[in-house]
Amino acid sequence: MIHPIPPGTRDVLPDEMRELRKLQLALIEVFEARGYGEVATPAIEYDEVMSRGDGRTARSSYRFFDESGELLALRSDMTVPIARLVASRFASGEPPYRLCYLASTYRVVRPQRGQMRELLQAGVELIGASPAEGTVEVIEVLEAALDVAGLDRAVIGLGDADLYRQLLEELGVEAEARDSVLASLATHDLVGLEQKLLEAGIGAEQASTCVQLTQLRGGSEVLERARGLGGAAVERAISRIGETYEELERRGAAGRVQIDLGLLRDLGYYSGAILEVYDPAVGHVLGGGGRYDGLMKRFGLDLSAAGFALYLERVHTAQMEESRRGRGES
Amino acid sequence: MKLAVPRGALFGETLDLLDAAGFDTAELRGDSRSLIFEIPGLTLVTMRPSDVPTYVESGAADVGITGKDVLLEQSDRVLYELLDLGYGRCRWDLAARTGNDRLAEAQRRLGMMRIATSYPRIAERYFESTGRQIELIEVRGSVELAPLVGLGDGIVDLVATGRTLEENELEIREEIVECTARFVANRVAHKLRAAEIDELTAKLREASQR
Repeated sequence: MIHPIPPGTRDVLPDEMRELRKLQLALIEVFEARGYGEVATPAIEYDEVMSRGDGRTARSSYRFFDESGELLALRSDMTVPIARLVASRFASGEPPYRLCYLASTYRVVRPQRGQMRELLQAGVELIGASPAEGTVEVIEVLEAALDVAGLDRAVIGLGDADLYRQLLEELGVEAEARDSVLASLATHDLVGLEQKLLEAGIGAEQASTCVQLTQLRGGSEVLERARGLGGAAVERAISRIGETYEELERRGAAGRVQIDLGLLRDLGYYSGAILEVYDPAVGHVLGGGGRYDGLMKRFGLDLSAAGFALYLERVHTAQMEESRRGRGES
Repeated sequence: MKLAVPRGALFGETLDLLDAAGFDTAELRGDSRSLIFEIPGLTLVTMRPSDVPTYVESGAADVGITGKDVLLEQSDRVLYELLDLGYGRCRWDLAARTGNDRLAEAQRRLGMMRIATSYPRIAERYFESTGRQIELIEVRGSVELAPLVGLGDGIVDLVATGRTLEENELEIREEIVECTARFVANRVAHKLRAAEIDELTAKLREASQR
């Protein structure tokens, strides 16, 4: 007899579990070797804690009351619970803190799209290191993680979360017009983006420059091309990205990093550098992260921070696709 | 690189555009039953327009061409919309029976219109954004039929020439949104095959403006 489980969840049977466990252990070993101690937090938090991360986007999709009427939430990501953990357990400690985790997170799904409601993530958080060094260190850990997963062809996109906020401010696009421009950016609708910029009263030339900017991705030559497109906000963003990229180059770690001025993350707490991970064998993003310098402050500890998370099921899919490719199959 | 090509109403003009961009689509114009065509520089995968977002989102096709109507109806798909290709122009309209005030009366006396459509999300979003309540009736086939036999007070449908409406004694009451063909890309392909996609985008942009 078949007893169904909720859509977007699944059972893991021994053959898959063996491979998944191997991947998990390898990742945790890499994190630990670099000084990131593993932590665990409860799957349920107070809703107030999850909402503090970002009221709109990181808010949990599953909320319920406990026996005394408190509103609880199933965690929708691990960065916010770890920010909470650091603020309450290490308040009087000596930063920086290096922590890693392996945990399930919960998201809403759209029906019949093969999306997972329960998502296994492995990642690190570096809290209290200086921004420039912190970003570089996190990218290096991510590279080591991709290496140990055997994803030699994987690419890390490096962008800047503040670029468009600052650029729109500079162009004088505010309030509702700004939100609708950011919405087009977030959905990567370039046709709509240009239209909305024009509606917001920006000249045709500047609007087209803005659209071109979102299409700049590649090596360090991208920064030169962006500089040519001009503006103080662009200048600030490329100097931040350039600094990180040069440091990576100095350490010989820029090989799989792609600068991407069109990069956006949908979580509202990011500031400065943002990351995304791709593998040519799969059409989905394998993970992401970035700097979240303002988040710790919301928990009462003024520390800069950065981290990333890999979606383990997708990394596992990429491993299988890459090994098939290695065998010459498709 | 794999390009998802829409069969149906957009097929002919899509092939014309590809020809203008320097690709040879003669093979697709024959009566071949094949779905996949290898031409120099591109693999063309033909499918229903409404399947294009599915193939491109998953990465089974790197890039694709489909109508903005399809993209709006499937707005939760993660795709890069790179170009407005300008052809395949059509419009979504709210239509009701000619010379009949049923739609207005339902709105006034029942506080709610019953709207038949095969594009439920577009219809829902439109009425929500204009502050009106509707009861949505989803139908698959000829939407024009619905109000003629009393299923619903009006319809939301794509209108190209307006002839189908006229022949069924329906008239346009409100214009909702205009749509054209769009060039879309997979999120990962857009990053990892940047040079190829930028080159194809430039070619298509030039060809579509000719």
